[in-house]
Order: sequence, then structure tokens, then C-alpha cells
Amino acid sequence: MSIEDKIILKIRDLSVSTDGNQILNGLNLTVKKGETHAIMGPNGSGKSTLAKTVAGHPDYLITSGKIKFLNKDLSSMSVNERSNLGLFLGFQYPIEIPGLSNTAFLKAAINAQRKFYDLEDISAHDFLLQLKSTADQLGLDQSFLSRGVNEGFSGGEKKRNEIMQMLMLNPKLSILDETDSGLDIDSMKVVARGVNSSRSEDSSTIIITHYERLLNYLVPDYVHVFFDGKIIKTGNLELANELEKKGYEWLIQKK
Amino acid sequence: MTTQQNKEINEFLDKNYEFGFTTEIDSETLPPGINEDVIRIISSKKNEPEFLLNWRLKAFAYWKTLKTPEWSQLNINPIDYQSISYFSQPKQTNAPKSLDEVDPKLLETYEKLGIPLHERAQLAGVAVDAVFDSVSVITTFKDKLAEAGVIFCSFSEAVQDHPQLIKKYLGKVVPYRDNFFAALNAAVFSDGTFVYIPKGVRCPMELSTYFRINEAKTGQFERTLIIADEDSYVSYLEGCTAPMRDENQLHAAVVELITLNNAEIKYSTVQNWYPGDEQGRGGIYNFVTKRGDCRGNNSKISWTQIETGSAITWKYPSCILRGENSKGEFHSIALTNNLQQADTGTKMIHLGKNTKSKIISKGISAKQSQNTYRGLVSMAKGASDSRNYTQCDSLLIGNKSGAHTFPSINVKNSTSVLEHEATTSKISDDQLFYCQQRGINEEDAIGLIVSGFCKEVLRELPMEFAVEARALLQVNLEGAIG
Ligand SMILES: Nc1ncnc2c1ncn2[C@@H]1O[C@H](COP(=O)(O)OP(=O)(O)O)[C@@H](O)[C@H]1O
Ligand SMILES: [Mg+2]
Repeated sequence: MSIEDKIILKIRDLSVSTDGNQILNGLNLTVKKGETHAIMGPNGSGKSTLAKTVAGHPDYLITSGKIKFLNKDLSSMSVNERSNLGLFLGFQYPIEIPGLSNTAFLKAAINAQRKFYDLEDISAHDFLLQLKSTADQLGLDQSFLSRGVNEGFSGGEKKRNEIMQMLMLNPKLSILDETDSGLDIDSMKVVARGVNSSRSEDSSTIIITHYERLLNYLVPDYVHVFFDGKIIKTGNLELANELEKKGYEWLIQKK
Repeated sequence: MTTQQNKEINEFLDKNYEFGFTTEIDSETLPPGINEDVIRIISSKKNEPEFLLNWRLKAFAYWKTLKTPEWSQLNINPIDYQSISYFSQPKQTNAPKSLDEVDPKLLETYEKLGIPLHERAQLAGVAVDAVFDSVSVITTFKDKLAEAGVIFCSFSEAVQDHPQLIKKYLGKVVPYRDNFFAALNAAVFSDGTFVYIPKGVRCPMELSTYFRINEAKTGQFERTLIIADEDSYVSYLEGCTAPMRDENQLHAAVVELITLNNAEIKYSTVQNWYPGDEQGRGGIYNFVTKRGDCRGNNSKISWTQIETGSAITWKYPSCILRGENSKGEFHSIALTNNLQQADTGTKMIHLGKNTKSKIISKGISAKQSQNTYRGLVSMAKGASDSRNYTQCDSLLIGNKSGAHTFPSINVKNSTSVLEHEATTSKISDDQLFYCQQRGINEEDAIGLIVSGFCKEVLRELPMEFAVEARALLQVNLEGAIG
């Protein structure tokens, strides 16, 4: 296997603006198969911007640089195609779609992916079986599946729902944007277990978080510190522990 | 938006109305124009009894005294009533006795529309009456229905076989004096559907009529009359399509429903007449009067409509809640795209004690289209302890479309309760992005979001048709964003 084949995501010199404001400033990041990366950093430093740019949100304009996902240039690829190829974004603020049942939505998502790979629609039976066991695994009640997508969900339910979608879609790269924010310890453990169960040699995860707590469960291979639209330091779990104690100030000042 | 997305959207935009084909068929069409002779010809072609001819002539005399109505929210090209042909029928000397006698081209037409008339190929449990231009082509499952005592036939047949029922009920719910189009319809109606469910019978299958306009420069004027006798139940569905033509064609139908004690009629419409092109050329003018009379105590009428077609839709399926404890419901989805205009809603007229009505209206407007809900809830003095619940939701797609809501109430007693809720929302970019991030393309995403928005109405449709209705919403939304 060549080096290129082992790389899932390669970001080179990426600058991004939105509404005329430069948010990302020459960012570099390489994620290989099987790796888990954590991104930490102060509010407003551009972490969500990075996640949405990789996913192809139309509000974010790439002013320079390149993003390659599975060795394919993403610049002209539609949002849904990126997803079909195996990119998953766990939203910091999951969106409500009133009236559309969680189940119908997830089934449409799975069938869109299957269509992309020229597969027939999933059978209702297989789908429901898989859905039920995934929901059980995440401690989500059955009634939850027939409710509207994120409609009136609590913060914790929304985040578990994101993880449920991730497990059902079985992506190659998951970017989880503050999936642990607003969760109590038990919910966090459930989410961490969900993420851990999805880890494999061919898939990778980027966790955007403010807390070392989740990272202690997940043990990332790398911890990056994000500031002013780029990575200013990279380390491992120890760096996360240090940030938990000292905050970001010392790093920013050193710079 | 990426170039790929733009390309997809343009492809959808270029897609044509799926049912826009015409059928080459020999037909007999009256020359354009309306006068007493035309009415006499229609009536004699149908071998009608004298009471019916006289009724038509009175309606015509009344219609001549009326001016074309003007509507605040609608923009309508003037209609020249002398340039329309009022009668067209496939050339076939006698009414077909069985499917083998029906012109194969006609059968083919309905096959193309996804409505197989061969009974063996039919959806289980649905009997179909197919109306082509002005005339009923065939009604399926007649024998099975006859066993249950149910009459389900074309209006013309009913006039021949059950004149006493026609005489008793015709024009009793929608008199010809009701409005301009009701008067016109009464004068020139050509065919339609008749249903009678006898006492104590629960109709053993769904009944359904498919209307197809084919001829150019003709109008379609059909009448539907459904009577549910005491303790009976029926669920009825109508669907409709038309070829693409540059000129506007007029469809002015009348539907009358009557429920006696403890009877229930569930009436569903999936309206998909040709809506015109993106520039607003052509399309059907759908001016329809629909009303149900809950005459009996504890009786119920519910209207469910999915209105996606027509250049202009003007209809207010209504309920007169006369019987004590009677119930009226109106569940509506009206979707407009491009330059379509819809002005639709309902009237719930509470007359009896302890009557209940429910109105759920979902309007979806895309492109430059205009979508209006207009409703009236009236509680008469004698309608004590009555209740109404009204919910009007509008969904806008893009920035150029319009949604308008005109609910009015008229309450004459102090014990009735009315509740009203209204919302207006937009499909947000974030909702689309969320769906697309889960792998769903933009068109499908819009379809899913809209079907969520319409959930409460879609679930009122019989199962077989809910799937069809969802697909129809999606098709009619193609090119909605761009
Ligand atoms: N759609 C947008 N329009 C305008 N400004 C934005 C938009 N998205 C993000 N920003 C701005 O970009 C900066 C980075 O935001 P974000 O990526 O959400 O940071 P983080 O996720 O690290 O908290 C903030 O100043 C934010 O206000
Ligand atoms: Mg963020």
C-alpha cells in the first residue's frame, strides 16, 4: 500500500472566508486510516468552519489551498457526493426537520448511499433490525425513532442521534463537532462507547472538543490546538490534560 | 452552489410534465359555443328525462344573468365562454358493456397514467371509474359492488338506471344558483360519477375516479354525487391529469356529498391537472365547487386534497354540519410552483348542536407562485357546544413566492369554542445542508422536508395513494430552487 492510499484526509495550506471575513489561515492537516485526531481550541477559532468546509457547506469559500478526501480533490464535489464517499459530519447544532420521522430520514440517507454504490434499496426488515439494535446500543427509546428529526429533542438526544446516524451510515471519516458538549457523564460514556465501536483500521475520526474527559475515553493519536484559523500545536493526550489545567493562554502567548 | 448542483437543478427544470401526452382518438366534439340548443343537444345525446333538461335550462337562464366573478388574490386571463366546446366524447356508438369493447387506445392512455383498468391488474380493493374528456369510459368491479348493494357508476348511467335518486338529490347541496361556475356546470355537465351506499353497508372497497382531459379547446364539466345512507361508510378518491397545451382549459366541476344518520364519507382528491409551463403559458383553470351535507345525526364528512396541478385552483370543499354531533374535516396540501396560483380552503357551517370541525391546511409555494388559504367557520345560533380547530401552515421555498391566509369566523352562540393556529416557515439552507451531508441530494431533500411538513395530511390518504401523493409532491417541486 502506498502512502497515498493510507491517507484519508489531506488538507494543504487551506484558507477559507465567509461573508468576506478570513476564518481559516493556511491550515495543514493529514489524517491517516485508523487514526483518531482531536482538535481543541478557543471559541471562534474556526473549528466548526473547518468541519463545514470539509463537508462542503456553500457559505464557506476556499480562497486558497486544497482538500483531498480519499485522494480525491473535493473542490468541485457536491455535499451529498462527499457524504456518499464516506464523509460524516456530526453537527455541533443538529438541525430540526419537523414532521419527517427520524426513521424515514435515516432510511433515505442509507438508500442514497446505496444508490451511489449501485446497490438496491435496503430491505425494510434489515433496516429496522439494524436501527433497533443501534438505538438500543445508544440507550435511545423506540419512540424516539418515529419522532421528527431532532424535533423537540433535548441537547443530549440530539447528540446521541448524530452518533446513531454515524453508526448506521458507517463512514470512512467522521468529524464530530462538539458532540460531547452539554452531555452528562452517562451520556458522554454512551457517546464515547458508540464512537469507539465504530473505530476500525480503515476509518478515522476527528473529534472537536473542549474537554479532555471525552478524550480520556477515546485516547486520540493526536491532539491539535487550533487558534486563529490554524493549528498552532500538536501533541497527544498529555497535551489535552495540560490544556485542561492551564487553558489556552500560555500557548497563545508563547506564540 | 457547486456546478454539479446547478447542472442537476437545470436538468430538473427542463423536465416536462409527465402526463402531458395526447391520445389520437376519434371523438365527437360539439362546435364551440354555448346556447340553449347546445344544452338540448347534450341532454338528448344522453337521453335524459325531462326534469333534467328543464333543470339545465333554468341553470343556463340563471347563468346568463351573472357576471364572471372577480377575485382579489387571483390573476386570471378573461375566459371566452363562446370559444369553448362543451361536449366531447370518444366516438363509440354505444357505451361499452365490457373492457373488450373499450377502444384499446383509451385503455393504453390509462395504462400510461399508471391506472390499469384490467381488473386482474388492479390495485387490490380499489374500484375505478375512468372519465375521458366528458364521458365515463369504464367502471371496474361493478359486479362485486352490486353484490353489496353499492351503486358506483357514471352519472349518465345513474340518470338512466336510478332517475329517482338523481331527482331526489341532484342540486340539493350545491344548487345551480350557488355561484357562476356551479350554474355553468349545471347547464352543461356532461358526465361524472354517482355513488350510493345503502343503509348499513360499509363499502367493501375504495372507490376511485380518474379524470382525463384530452381534446383541445374543450371544457370539462363533470358532476359527482355521493350519497351515504344511514349507518354506511365509503372512502372515495379522485385523480386527474391533462395534456400539455398552450391555451388555458377550463375545468368546472361540482361535487355533492350527503351523509344520513351515522354515515361517513371520506373524500380524497389528488389533483394533478397540467399546471402550465415555467412562463405560465397554458394549464388548467380548476374552478370547482365541492360541498358536503352532514344531514344525519352523528354523520361525518372528511375532505382530503392534494392539489399540485392546474394553472389556477379555486376551490373550497366545505361541510354543512346540520345533524347533531356531526363532524366535518378538511385536510389540504396545496403546492404551487412557477406561476401557479392556488386559492383554496374550506367552509365549515355549523348548524346542529355539538358539531365538530377540523381544518388542517398546508400550503407550499415555490418560485413566483401564489398560494392562498381562504376559510370560513360559522357557528349558527343553534349550533351550541360546537367546536372548531383550524391550523394553517405555509412553507415558502425561495424568496419570490407568496403565501396568504384569510381565515374568517362568524359565531352566533356563546357556547362554541374555536381555536386557530397559523405558521409560516421556509426551507432553510441549513436543513438542506443537513440532509445533503447525510448523502441525500437536494431534490430528494426538498421532497423529504416537504413530506414532513405535510405529514398530518398525507396520513389521511388511503395507503395506496399516500405513496403516489408523496411522489407527486416531489415531482411537482422539481426545479423549485434555482
Ligand atoms: N456563516 C458564517 N457567517 C459569518 N461568520 C461566521 C460564519 N461561520 C463562522 N463565522 C465566524 O467565524 C469565526 C469562527 O467560527 P467557528 O468556526 O464557528 O468557530 P469555533 O467552532 O472554533 O467556535 C467566528 O468569528 C464566527 O463568528
Ligand atoms: Mg464550533
